[in-house]
Amino acid sequence: MAGTALLGRLSWRLGTVVALRDETSRVRTIVLDMPGWLGHQPGQHVDVRLTAEDGYRAERSYSIASPPEQDEVELTVEYLEDGEVSSYLVGELREGDQLELRGPIGGYFVWTADRPAPLQLIAGGSGVVPLMCMLRHRAAVGSLAPARLLYSAKTHDQIIYADELERLATADDGFELFETVTGITPPGWTGYSRRIDQQMLATVAWPAAARPTSFVCGPTSLVESVATSLLALDHDPASIKTERFGPTGGA
Amino acid sequence: MAMSDDELRLDGNALAGDLGEIFAADMTGVSCRCAHCGRIDAMGSQHLYRSPRAPGAVLRCAACGGLLLVFVRHPGGPLLSLWGLDWVQVGSYRTQGQSEAESHAEREQR
Amino acid sequence: MGFISRGFRGRRREESGDARVPPGQYVTDDFPVLSAGPTPHTPLAEWTFSVTGEVPESRSWTWGEFLTLPSEHFTVDIHCVTKWSKLATVWEGVSVDTLLEGVESEAAYVVAYCDGDYTTNLPIEDLVDGKAWVVYAYDDQPLEPEHGGPARLLVPHLYFWKSAKWVRGLELRSENEPGFWETNGYHMRGDPWQEQRYWGD
Repeated sequence: MAGTALLGRLSWRLGTVVALRDETSRVRTIVLDMPGWLGHQPGQHVDVRLTAEDGYRAERSYSIASPPEQDEVELTVEYLEDGEVSSYLVGELREGDQLELRGPIGGYFVWTADRPAPLQLIAGGSGVVPLMCMLRHRAAVGSLAPARLLYSAKTHDQIIYADELERLATADDGFELFETVTGITPPGWTGYSRRIDQQMLATVAWPAAARPTSFVCGPTSLVESVATSLLALDHDPASIKTERFGPTGGA
Repeated sequence: MAMSDDELRLDGNALAGDLGEIFAADMTGVSCRCAHCGRIDAMGSQHLYRSPRAPGAVLRCAACGGLLLVFVRHPGGPLLSLWGLDWVQVGSYRTQGQSEAESHAEREQR
Repeated sequence: MGFISRGFRGRRREESGDARVPPGQYVTDDFPVLSAGPTPHTPLAEWTFSVTGEVPESRSWTWGEFLTLPSEHFTVDIHCVTKWSKLATVWEGVSVDTLLEGVESEAAYVVAYCDGDYTTNLPIEDLVDGKAWVVYAYDDQPLEPEHGGPARLLVPHLYFWKSAKWVRGLELRSENEPGFWETNGYHMRGDPWQEQRYWGD
Protein backbone atom coordinates (compact mmCIF):
# COMPACT_ATOMS: atom_id res chain seq x y z
CA MET A 1 0.00 0.00 0.00
CA ALA A 2 1.45 3.35 -0.95
CA GLY A 3 2.64 5.44 1.93
CA THR A 4 3.33 2.82 4.58
CA ALA A 5 6.69 2.68 6.29
CA LEU A 6 6.65 -1.11 6.37
CA LEU A 7 7.87 -2.28 2.99
CA GLY A 8 8.47 -5.93 3.47
CA ARG A 9 11.47 -7.22 1.60
CA LEU A 10 12.36 -5.01 -1.37
CA SER A 11 12.82 -7.42 -4.21
CA TRP A 12 14.21 -6.82 -7.66
CA ARG A 13 11.60 -6.61 -10.34
CA LEU A 14 11.51 -5.97 -14.07
CA GLY A 15 9.87 -3.06 -15.82
CA THR A 16 9.51 -2.44 -19.54
CA VAL A 17 10.54 0.80 -21.23
CA VAL A 18 7.44 2.12 -23.00
CA ALA A 19 8.76 5.55 -23.93
CA LEU A 20 11.86 7.70 -23.82
CA ARG A 21 11.84 11.47 -23.72
CA ASP A 22 14.82 13.80 -24.04
CA GLU A 23 14.57 16.60 -21.49
CA THR A 24 17.86 18.33 -22.34
CA SER A 25 20.93 17.39 -24.36
CA ARG A 26 22.23 15.26 -21.48
CA VAL A 27 19.07 14.33 -19.62
CA ARG A 28 16.50 11.76 -20.57
CA THR A 29 13.28 10.52 -19.00
CA ILE A 30 12.57 6.80 -19.07
CA VAL A 31 8.91 5.82 -18.90
CA LEU A 32 8.36 2.35 -17.48
CA ASP A 33 5.50 -0.05 -17.25
CA MET A 34 5.95 -1.69 -13.84
CA PRO A 35 3.59 -4.59 -13.36
CA GLY A 36 2.54 -4.98 -9.75
CA TRP A 37 3.79 -1.54 -8.76
CA LEU A 38 2.00 -0.60 -5.55
CA GLY A 39 2.54 3.13 -5.76
CA HIS A 40 5.04 5.49 -4.20
CA GLN A 41 5.42 8.76 -2.35
CA PRO A 42 6.95 11.87 -3.94
CA GLY A 43 10.64 12.00 -3.04
CA GLN A 44 11.21 8.27 -3.03
CA HIS A 45 13.73 6.61 -5.31
CA VAL A 46 14.48 3.27 -6.92
CA ASP A 47 17.71 1.30 -7.18
CA VAL A 48 18.44 0.32 -10.79
CA ARG A 49 20.66 -2.70 -11.45
CA LEU A 50 22.38 -3.45 -14.75
CA THR A 51 23.97 -6.82 -15.48
CA ALA A 52 26.40 -7.47 -18.32
CA GLU A 53 26.69 -10.82 -20.09
CA ASP A 54 29.70 -11.84 -18.02
CA GLY A 55 27.79 -11.20 -14.82
CA TYR A 56 29.38 -7.81 -14.08
CA ARG A 57 26.86 -5.66 -12.23
CA ALA A 58 26.41 -1.99 -11.55
CA GLU A 59 23.76 -0.39 -9.39
CA ARG A 60 22.67 3.22 -8.98
CA SER A 61 19.78 5.04 -7.32
CA TYR A 62 17.40 7.32 -9.22
CA SER A 63 14.58 9.44 -7.89
CA ILE A 64 11.10 8.74 -9.19
CA ALA A 65 9.98 11.66 -11.36
CA SER A 66 6.36 10.69 -11.98
CA PRO A 67 3.70 11.51 -9.40
CA PRO A 68 1.89 8.62 -7.67
CA GLU A 69 -1.24 9.59 -9.60
CA GLN A 70 0.36 8.37 -12.83
CA ASP A 71 0.29 4.69 -13.79
CA GLU A 72 3.71 4.49 -15.40
CA VAL A 73 6.83 5.05 -13.39
CA GLU A 74 9.18 7.69 -14.79
CA LEU A 75 12.86 8.13 -14.03
CA THR A 76 14.79 11.18 -15.21
CA VAL A 77 18.48 10.43 -15.64
CA GLU A 78 21.40 12.76 -16.27
CA TYR A 79 24.32 11.58 -18.36
CA LEU A 80 27.52 11.81 -16.29
CA GLU A 81 30.98 11.89 -17.81
CA ASP A 82 32.46 8.38 -17.51
CA GLY A 83 29.24 7.18 -15.94
CA GLU A 84 28.87 3.49 -16.79
CA VAL A 85 25.21 3.36 -15.75
CA SER A 86 24.05 6.81 -16.87
CA SER A 87 25.65 6.38 -20.29
CA TYR A 88 23.68 3.18 -20.76
CA LEU A 89 20.39 4.64 -19.54
CA VAL A 90 20.69 7.86 -21.53
CA GLY A 91 22.42 6.44 -24.60
CA GLU A 92 21.79 2.75 -25.19
CA LEU A 93 18.45 1.87 -23.57
CA ARG A 94 15.59 1.47 -26.08
CA GLU A 95 11.82 1.18 -26.03
CA GLY A 96 10.93 -2.40 -25.36
CA ASP A 97 14.01 -3.07 -23.24
CA GLN A 98 13.56 -4.27 -19.71
CA LEU A 99 15.10 -2.63 -16.68
CA GLU A 100 15.72 -4.29 -13.33
CA LEU A 101 14.92 -2.18 -10.31
CA ARG A 102 13.70 -2.26 -6.73
CA GLY A 103 11.64 0.23 -4.85
CA PRO A 104 10.11 2.52 -3.94
CA ILE A 105 12.69 3.36 -1.30
CA GLY A 106 12.79 6.06 1.33
CA GLY A 107 10.53 7.57 3.94
CA TYR A 108 12.59 10.51 5.11
CA PHE A 109 12.89 12.61 1.97
CA VAL A 110 9.19 12.47 1.21
CA TRP A 111 6.39 15.02 0.88
CA THR A 112 2.70 14.33 0.51
CA ALA A 113 0.01 16.85 -0.28
CA ASP A 114 -1.83 16.29 2.98
CA ARG A 115 0.75 18.55 4.60
CA PRO A 116 -0.37 22.19 4.75
CA ALA A 117 2.93 23.91 5.55
CA PRO A 118 4.57 26.03 2.83
CA LEU A 119 6.75 23.84 0.64
CA GLN A 120 10.26 25.05 -0.01
CA LEU A 121 12.17 23.26 -2.74
CA ILE A 122 15.82 23.92 -3.54
CA ALA A 123 17.55 22.00 -6.29
CA GLY A 124 20.87 21.79 -8.07
CA GLY A 125 21.05 20.09 -11.45
CA SER A 126 19.39 16.68 -11.51
CA GLY A 127 18.44 17.23 -7.85
CA VAL A 128 15.27 18.76 -9.26
CA VAL A 129 13.87 15.33 -10.11
CA PRO A 130 12.39 14.30 -6.72
CA LEU A 131 11.22 17.88 -6.19
CA MET A 132 9.45 17.86 -9.54
CA CYS A 133 7.71 14.70 -8.41
CA MET A 134 6.46 16.61 -5.38
CA LEU A 135 5.25 19.50 -7.55
CA ARG A 136 3.47 17.18 -9.96
CA HIS A 137 1.76 15.44 -7.07
CA ARG A 138 0.81 18.78 -5.58
CA ALA A 139 -0.76 19.87 -8.87
CA ALA A 140 -2.51 16.54 -9.41
CA VAL A 141 -4.37 16.69 -6.11
CA GLY A 142 -4.92 20.44 -6.17
CA SER A 143 -3.05 21.05 -2.93
CA LEU A 144 -3.32 24.53 -1.46
CA ALA A 145 0.05 24.39 0.26
CA PRO A 146 2.00 27.29 -1.24
CA ALA A 147 5.26 26.22 -2.90
CA ARG A 148 8.50 27.77 -4.06
CA LEU A 149 11.25 26.21 -6.13
CA LEU A 150 14.74 27.68 -6.33
CA TYR A 151 16.57 25.80 -9.07
CA SER A 152 20.26 26.09 -9.91
CA ALA A 153 21.56 24.81 -13.24
CA LYS A 154 24.85 25.22 -15.06
CA THR A 155 23.32 26.78 -18.16
CA HIS A 156 19.86 27.77 -19.32
CA ASP A 157 19.56 24.87 -21.72
CA GLN A 158 20.37 22.41 -18.93
CA ILE A 159 17.30 23.38 -16.93
CA ILE A 160 15.30 20.16 -16.76
CA TYR A 161 11.49 20.41 -17.19
CA ALA A 162 11.89 24.07 -18.18
CA ASP A 163 8.59 24.40 -20.08
CA GLU A 164 6.56 22.46 -17.57
CA LEU A 165 7.88 24.57 -14.70
CA GLU A 166 7.04 27.78 -16.57
CA ARG A 167 3.51 26.53 -17.25
CA LEU A 168 3.03 25.53 -13.63
CA ALA A 169 4.25 28.92 -12.39
CA THR A 170 1.95 30.76 -14.78
CA ALA A 171 -1.13 28.66 -14.08
CA ASP A 172 -0.81 28.45 -10.31
CA ASP A 173 -0.66 31.53 -8.10
CA GLY A 174 0.43 29.36 -5.22
CA PHE A 175 3.65 28.26 -6.96
CA GLU A 176 6.65 30.53 -7.50
CA LEU A 177 9.67 29.61 -9.57
CA PHE A 178 13.16 31.05 -9.17
CA GLU A 179 16.03 29.99 -11.37
CA THR A 180 19.73 30.64 -11.30
CA VAL A 181 22.37 29.75 -13.83
CA THR A 182 25.98 29.40 -12.72
CA GLY A 183 27.64 29.42 -16.14
CA ILE A 184 26.95 31.48 -19.24
CA THR A 185 23.62 33.30 -19.14
CA PRO A 186 21.57 33.72 -22.30
CA PRO A 187 20.62 37.17 -23.58
CA GLY A 188 17.49 38.48 -21.90
CA TRP A 189 17.93 36.24 -18.88
CA THR A 190 15.91 37.55 -15.95
CA GLY A 191 16.90 34.94 -13.39
CA TYR A 192 19.92 34.89 -11.10
CA SER A 193 23.39 34.23 -12.42
CA ARG A 194 25.47 32.80 -9.60
CA ARG A 195 25.63 29.88 -7.18
CA ILE A 196 22.93 29.79 -4.54
CA ASP A 197 24.12 31.70 -1.49
CA GLN A 198 22.64 32.91 1.75
CA GLN A 199 21.72 36.28 0.30
CA MET A 200 19.74 34.67 -2.52
CA LEU A 201 17.97 32.43 -0.04
CA ALA A 202 17.17 35.38 2.18
CA THR A 203 15.47 36.99 -0.80
CA VAL A 204 13.59 34.15 -2.49
CA ALA A 205 13.11 31.40 0.05
CA TRP A 206 10.26 31.37 2.54
CA PRO A 207 11.44 33.09 5.71
CA ALA A 208 11.75 31.00 8.85
CA ALA A 209 8.69 32.78 10.24
CA ALA A 210 6.55 31.16 7.56
CA ARG A 211 7.59 27.79 8.97
CA PRO A 212 8.08 25.99 5.69
CA THR A 213 9.18 22.41 5.16
CA SER A 214 12.32 22.52 3.06
CA PHE A 215 13.66 19.88 0.70
CA VAL A 216 17.17 20.37 -0.67
CA CYS A 217 18.54 18.03 -3.33
CA GLY A 218 21.51 18.00 -5.67
CA PRO A 219 25.30 17.78 -5.55
CA THR A 220 26.70 17.36 -2.04
CA SER A 221 28.42 20.76 -1.98
CA LEU A 222 25.20 22.58 -2.91
CA VAL A 223 23.08 20.63 -0.45
CA GLU A 224 25.42 21.24 2.45
CA SER A 225 25.94 24.92 1.76
CA VAL A 226 22.19 25.53 1.33
CA ALA A 227 21.38 23.62 4.53
CA THR A 228 23.98 25.67 6.39
CA SER A 229 22.52 28.90 4.99
CA LEU A 230 18.98 27.93 5.93
CA LEU A 231 20.11 27.26 9.50
CA ALA A 232 21.86 30.64 9.54
CA LEU A 233 18.52 32.13 8.48
CA ASP A 234 16.97 30.58 11.60
CA HIS A 235 15.10 27.72 9.98
CA ASP A 236 14.27 24.87 12.32
CA PRO A 237 16.73 22.03 11.57
CA ALA A 238 13.92 19.49 11.81
CA SER A 239 12.14 21.25 8.95
CA ILE A 240 15.03 20.80 6.50
CA LYS A 241 15.30 17.52 4.62
CA THR A 242 18.30 16.84 2.44
CA GLU A 243 19.25 14.35 -0.25
CA ARG A 244 22.79 14.37 -1.60
CA PHE A 245 23.36 13.14 -5.11
CA GLY A 246 27.14 13.16 -4.83
CA PRO A 247 29.36 15.11 -7.20
CA THR A 248 28.22 15.88 -10.71
CA GLY A 249 30.53 14.44 -13.30
CA GLY A 250 32.47 11.25 -12.82
CA ALA A 251 30.41 8.43 -11.35
CA MET B 1 40.79 16.89 -11.39
CA ALA B 2 40.73 14.99 -8.14
CA MET B 3 37.34 15.03 -6.46
CA SER B 4 37.55 15.69 -2.76
CA ASP B 5 36.28 12.91 -0.54
CA ASP B 6 33.86 15.35 1.03
CA GLU B 7 32.24 15.92 -2.37
CA LEU B 8 31.75 12.17 -2.64
CA ARG B 9 29.81 12.08 0.60
CA LEU B 10 26.18 10.97 0.28
CA ASP B 11 23.60 10.37 2.98
CA GLY B 12 21.59 7.56 4.48
CA ASN B 13 18.98 7.81 1.71
CA ALA B 14 21.39 6.09 -0.66
CA LEU B 15 21.82 3.10 1.67
CA ALA B 16 18.13 2.46 2.13
CA GLY B 17 17.81 -0.07 -0.67
CA ASP B 18 20.66 -2.19 0.70
CA LEU B 19 19.35 -1.95 4.25
CA GLY B 20 16.00 -3.09 2.89
CA GLU B 21 17.61 -6.48 2.33
CA ILE B 22 17.98 -6.82 6.08
CA PHE B 23 15.23 -4.73 7.63
CA ALA B 24 11.54 -4.79 6.89
CA ALA B 25 10.98 -1.15 7.75
CA ASP B 26 12.12 1.83 5.69
CA MET B 27 15.53 2.71 7.06
CA THR B 28 15.75 6.34 6.01
CA GLY B 29 12.99 7.52 8.29
CA VAL B 30 14.14 5.70 11.43
CA SER B 31 15.66 7.76 14.19
CA CYS B 32 19.06 6.67 15.34
CA ARG B 33 21.19 7.61 18.31
CA CYS B 34 24.91 8.07 17.81
CA ALA B 35 26.90 6.09 20.39
CA HIS B 36 29.71 8.66 20.30
CA CYS B 37 27.91 11.97 20.81
CA GLY B 38 24.33 10.99 21.62
CA ARG B 39 22.75 12.99 18.79
CA ILE B 40 19.46 11.59 17.51
CA ASP B 41 18.42 12.13 13.93
CA ALA B 42 16.92 10.41 10.92
CA MET B 43 19.09 7.79 9.27
CA GLY B 44 18.48 9.54 5.95
CA SER B 45 20.30 12.64 7.17
CA GLN B 46 23.48 10.91 8.34
CA HIS B 47 26.64 11.01 6.23
CA LEU B 48 27.32 8.10 3.93
CA TYR B 49 30.65 7.21 2.35
CA ARG B 50 30.34 4.74 -0.45
CA SER B 51 31.22 4.21 -4.05
CA PRO B 52 30.83 1.23 -6.37
CA ARG B 53 34.47 0.18 -6.07
CA ALA B 54 34.88 0.66 -2.33
CA PRO B 55 34.93 -2.32 0.06
CA GLY B 56 31.76 -1.19 1.81
CA ALA B 57 29.43 1.62 2.74
CA VAL B 58 30.20 3.57 5.90
CA LEU B 59 27.57 5.64 7.69
CA ARG B 60 28.80 8.38 10.03
CA CYS B 61 27.08 10.75 12.41
CA ALA B 62 26.40 14.03 10.66
CA ALA B 63 27.21 15.91 13.86
CA CYS B 64 30.42 14.30 15.16
CA GLY B 65 31.66 12.08 12.32
CA GLY B 66 31.59 9.01 14.55
CA LEU B 67 31.10 5.65 12.90
CA LEU B 68 27.47 4.47 13.03
CA LEU B 69 27.36 1.41 10.85
CA VAL B 70 29.18 -0.40 8.06
CA PHE B 71 27.48 -2.32 5.25
CA VAL B 72 29.42 -4.83 3.17
CA ARG B 73 28.11 -6.80 0.24
CA HIS B 74 29.72 -10.08 1.25
CA PRO B 75 29.22 -12.88 -1.30
CA GLY B 76 27.60 -14.99 1.42
CA GLY B 77 25.01 -12.30 2.04
CA PRO B 78 24.74 -8.66 3.04
CA LEU B 79 26.78 -7.93 6.17
CA LEU B 80 25.97 -5.16 8.59
CA SER B 81 27.80 -3.97 11.66
CA LEU B 82 26.01 -1.55 13.92
CA TRP B 83 28.50 -0.80 16.61
CA GLY B 84 28.22 2.98 16.51
CA LEU B 85 24.49 3.06 17.12
CA ASP B 86 22.95 3.07 20.56
CA TRP B 87 19.61 2.31 19.00
CA VAL B 88 17.36 2.82 16.03
CA GLN B 89 13.68 3.48 16.39
CA VAL B 90 11.29 2.54 13.65
CA GLY B 91 8.31 4.66 12.80
CA SER B 92 7.62 7.45 10.41
CA TYR B 93 10.27 10.10 11.09
CA ARG B 94 7.61 12.74 10.61
CA THR B 95 5.42 11.56 13.45
CA GLN B 96 8.47 10.73 15.54
CA GLY B 97 9.40 14.34 15.99
CA GLN B 98 7.04 16.17 13.71
CA SER B 99 8.72 19.36 12.71
CA GLU B 100 7.74 22.40 14.65
CA ALA B 101 6.64 23.92 11.36
CA GLU B 102 4.17 21.20 10.61
CA SER B 103 2.64 21.22 14.09
CA HIS B 104 2.28 24.97 13.86
CA ALA B 105 0.68 24.87 10.42
CA GLU B 106 -1.69 22.14 11.51
CA ARG B 107 -2.80 24.18 14.50
CA GLU B 108 -3.36 27.24 12.33
CA GLN B 109 -5.50 25.23 9.93
CA ARG B 110 -8.03 24.33 12.56
CA MET C 1 22.06 -16.50 -14.14
CA GLY C 2 19.14 -14.08 -14.01
CA PHE C 3 18.28 -11.07 -16.04
CA ILE C 4 20.86 -9.60 -18.43
CA SER C 5 20.56 -5.96 -19.47
CA ARG C 6 20.60 -5.92 -23.25
CA GLY C 7 23.56 -3.98 -24.56
CA PHE C 8 25.10 -3.13 -21.19
CA ARG C 9 28.87 -3.44 -21.07
CA GLY C 10 29.89 -1.40 -18.06
CA ARG C 11 33.17 0.24 -17.17
CA ARG C 12 36.03 -0.75 -19.44
CA ARG C 13 37.63 -3.76 -17.88
CA GLU C 14 39.82 -6.57 -19.05
CA GLU C 15 40.01 -9.76 -17.18
CA SER C 16 43.61 -10.19 -18.04
CA GLY C 17 44.98 -13.67 -18.55
CA ASP C 18 48.33 -12.14 -17.72
CA ALA C 19 50.10 -13.93 -14.89
CA ARG C 20 50.82 -10.50 -13.49
CA VAL C 21 47.16 -10.04 -12.52
CA PRO C 22 45.71 -12.01 -9.62
CA PRO C 23 42.62 -14.19 -10.17
CA GLY C 24 39.25 -12.48 -10.38
CA GLN C 25 40.63 -9.01 -11.04
CA TYR C 26 39.92 -6.53 -13.85
CA VAL C 27 42.63 -4.16 -15.06
CA THR C 28 41.59 -0.51 -15.16
CA ASP C 29 43.31 2.75 -16.04
CA ASP C 30 41.83 5.11 -13.50
CA PHE C 31 42.56 5.46 -9.81
CA PRO C 32 39.26 5.77 -7.98
CA VAL C 33 39.04 7.79 -4.78
CA LEU C 34 37.52 5.57 -2.11
CA SER C 35 36.90 6.48 1.45
CA ALA C 36 35.42 5.43 4.76
CA GLY C 37 35.13 8.94 6.05
CA PRO C 38 36.00 12.60 5.51
CA THR C 39 39.52 13.44 4.34
CA PRO C 40 41.73 14.37 7.29
CA HIS C 41 43.93 17.42 6.91
CA THR C 42 46.68 17.21 9.50
CA PRO C 43 49.03 20.17 9.16
CA LEU C 44 52.54 19.00 8.32
CA ALA C 45 53.89 20.91 11.33
CA GLU C 46 51.86 18.55 13.53
CA TRP C 47 52.42 15.36 11.53
CA THR C 48 54.52 12.61 13.07
CA PHE C 49 55.12 8.97 12.24
CA SER C 50 55.79 6.55 15.07
CA VAL C 51 56.80 2.96 15.67
CA THR C 52 55.31 1.84 18.97
CA GLY C 53 54.02 -1.19 20.83
CA GLU C 54 56.13 -4.19 21.75
CA VAL C 55 59.45 -2.49 21.07
CA PRO C 56 62.24 -1.68 23.53
CA GLU C 57 61.88 1.99 22.68
CA SER C 58 59.29 3.86 20.59
CA ARG C 59 60.60 6.00 17.80
CA SER C 60 59.05 8.92 16.04
CA TRP C 61 59.82 11.28 13.16
CA THR C 62 58.47 14.70 12.33
CA TRP C 63 57.62 15.43 8.69
CA GLY C 64 60.95 17.18 8.22
CA GLU C 65 62.84 14.26 9.74
CA PHE C 66 60.83 11.75 7.72
CA LEU C 67 61.83 13.39 4.46
CA THR C 68 65.51 13.01 5.30
CA LEU C 69 65.21 9.23 5.56
CA PRO C 70 66.54 7.25 2.60
CA SER C 71 63.73 6.88 0.09
CA GLU C 72 63.02 4.75 -2.93
CA HIS C 73 61.33 5.50 -6.23
CA PHE C 74 59.58 2.41 -7.55
CA THR C 75 56.81 0.97 -9.68
CA VAL C 76 54.29 -1.67 -8.57
CA ASP C 77 50.88 -3.07 -9.44
CA ILE C 78 48.03 -2.56 -7.00
CA HIS C 79 45.00 -4.78 -6.49
CA CYS C 80 41.78 -3.78 -4.77
CA VAL C 81 39.50 -6.31 -3.13
CA THR C 82 36.60 -4.96 -5.21
CA LYS C 83 38.28 -6.51 -8.25
CA TRP C 84 40.05 -3.63 -9.92
CA SER C 85 43.81 -3.68 -10.49
CA LYS C 86 45.97 -0.82 -11.66
CA LEU C 87 49.30 -1.74 -13.18
CA ALA C 88 52.61 0.06 -13.05
CA THR C 89 51.85 2.70 -10.45
CA VAL C 90 54.78 4.91 -9.56
CA TRP C 91 55.57 5.84 -5.97
CA GLU C 92 58.22 7.36 -3.77
CA GLY C 93 58.68 6.72 -0.08
CA VAL C 94 60.53 5.12 2.77
CA SER C 95 60.81 1.37 3.06
CA VAL C 96 59.31 -0.07 6.22
CA ASP C 97 62.61 -1.93 6.61
CA THR C 98 64.23 1.47 7.14
CA LEU C 99 61.61 2.43 9.71
CA LEU C 100 62.08 -0.82 11.62
CA GLU C 101 65.83 -0.90 11.27
CA GLY C 102 67.45 -1.99 14.51
CA VAL C 103 64.13 -2.61 16.21
CA GLU C 104 64.21 -5.82 18.19
CA SER C 105 60.84 -7.29 18.83
CA GLU C 106 59.10 -10.62 19.27
CA ALA C 107 55.88 -9.16 17.92
CA ALA C 108 54.43 -11.13 15.03
CA TYR C 109 51.79 -8.57 14.05
CA VAL C 110 51.40 -4.91 13.31
CA VAL C 111 48.49 -2.51 13.40
CA ALA C 112 48.81 0.50 11.13
CA TYR C 113 46.93 3.42 12.60
CA CYS C 114 45.88 6.54 10.74
CA ASP C 115 44.24 9.93 10.90
CA GLY C 116 40.49 9.51 10.51
CA ASP C 117 40.56 6.50 12.86
CA TYR C 118 41.27 3.97 10.15
CA THR C 119 43.32 0.93 11.08
CA THR C 120 44.47 -2.23 9.37
CA ASN C 121 46.35 -5.24 10.70
CA LEU C 122 49.16 -7.24 9.09
CA PRO C 123 51.61 -9.98 9.97
CA ILE C 124 54.99 -8.31 10.42
CA GLU C 125 56.53 -10.53 7.77
CA ASP C 126 54.25 -8.86 5.20
CA LEU C 127 55.86 -5.54 5.97
CA VAL C 128 59.54 -6.40 5.86
CA ASP C 129 62.16 -7.51 3.32
CA GLY C 130 61.28 -4.92 0.74
CA LYS C 131 57.55 -5.63 0.68
CA ALA C 132 56.19 -2.37 2.12
CA TRP C 133 56.74 1.38 2.24
CA VAL C 134 55.36 4.55 3.69
CA VAL C 135 54.94 6.63 0.56
CA TYR C 136 54.50 10.35 0.06
CA ALA C 137 54.57 10.75 -3.70
CA TYR C 138 52.47 9.19 -6.42
CA ASP C 139 53.27 9.60 -10.11
CA ASP C 140 56.09 11.96 -9.16
CA GLN C 141 53.75 14.40 -7.43
CA PRO C 142 53.18 14.88 -3.71
CA LEU C 143 50.51 12.43 -2.61
CA GLU C 144 47.13 14.18 -2.62
CA PRO C 145 44.92 14.08 0.47
CA GLU C 146 42.21 12.20 -1.48
CA HIS C 147 44.71 9.42 -2.12
CA GLY C 148 46.05 9.32 1.41
CA GLY C 149 48.45 12.25 1.53
CA PRO C 150 50.66 13.40 3.07
CA ALA C 151 51.69 9.75 3.52
CA ARG C 152 50.13 6.33 3.25
CA LEU C 153 51.21 2.78 3.81
CA LEU C 154 51.83 0.81 0.64
CA VAL C 155 51.78 -3.00 0.72
CA PRO C 156 51.26 -3.95 -2.94
CA HIS C 157 51.39 -7.71 -2.52
CA LEU C 158 48.21 -7.62 -0.42
CA TYR C 159 44.78 -6.19 -1.30
CA PHE C 160 44.86 -2.43 -1.39
CA TRP C 161 42.76 -1.85 1.74
CA LYS C 162 45.90 -2.84 3.66
CA SER C 163 47.69 0.16 2.12
CA ALA C 164 46.28 2.43 4.77
CA LYS C 165 45.74 6.08 3.86
CA TRP C 166 46.84 8.90 6.18
CA VAL C 167 49.07 6.49 8.12
CA ARG C 168 50.62 7.89 11.29
CA GLY C 169 52.33 4.87 12.78
CA LEU C 170 52.86 1.17 13.18
CA GLU C 171 52.15 -0.58 16.45
CA LEU C 172 53.87 -3.93 16.94
CA ARG C 173 51.86 -6.57 18.79
CA SER C 174 51.81 -10.28 19.62
CA GLU C 175 48.09 -10.47 18.96
CA ASN C 176 46.58 -10.14 15.51
CA GLU C 177 43.88 -7.59 16.14
CA PRO C 178 41.50 -6.90 13.25
CA GLY C 179 41.45 -3.40 11.83
CA PHE C 180 38.60 -1.49 10.21
CA TRP C 181 37.64 -3.66 7.25
CA GLU C 182 38.82 -6.83 8.95
CA THR C 183 36.26 -6.17 11.66
CA ASN C 184 33.61 -5.78 9.01
CA GLY C 185 33.82 -9.04 7.19
CA TYR C 186 37.10 -8.82 5.30
CA HIS C 187 40.00 -11.23 5.50
CA MET C 188 42.67 -10.88 8.17
CA ARG C 189 45.53 -11.16 5.69
CA GLY C 190 44.18 -10.33 2.22
CA ASP C 191 46.47 -12.10 -0.24
CA PRO C 192 45.11 -11.44 -3.76
CA TRP C 193 46.96 -14.44 -5.16
CA GLN C 194 44.88 -16.70 -2.96
CA GLU C 195 41.78 -14.51 -3.32
CA GLN C 196 41.61 -13.89 0.42
CA ARG C 197 38.92 -11.24 0.19
CA TYR C 198 36.47 -12.03 2.98
CA TRP C 199 36.47 -13.80 6.33
CA GLY C 200 36.00 -17.44 5.63
CA ASP C 201 37.99 -17.40 2.38
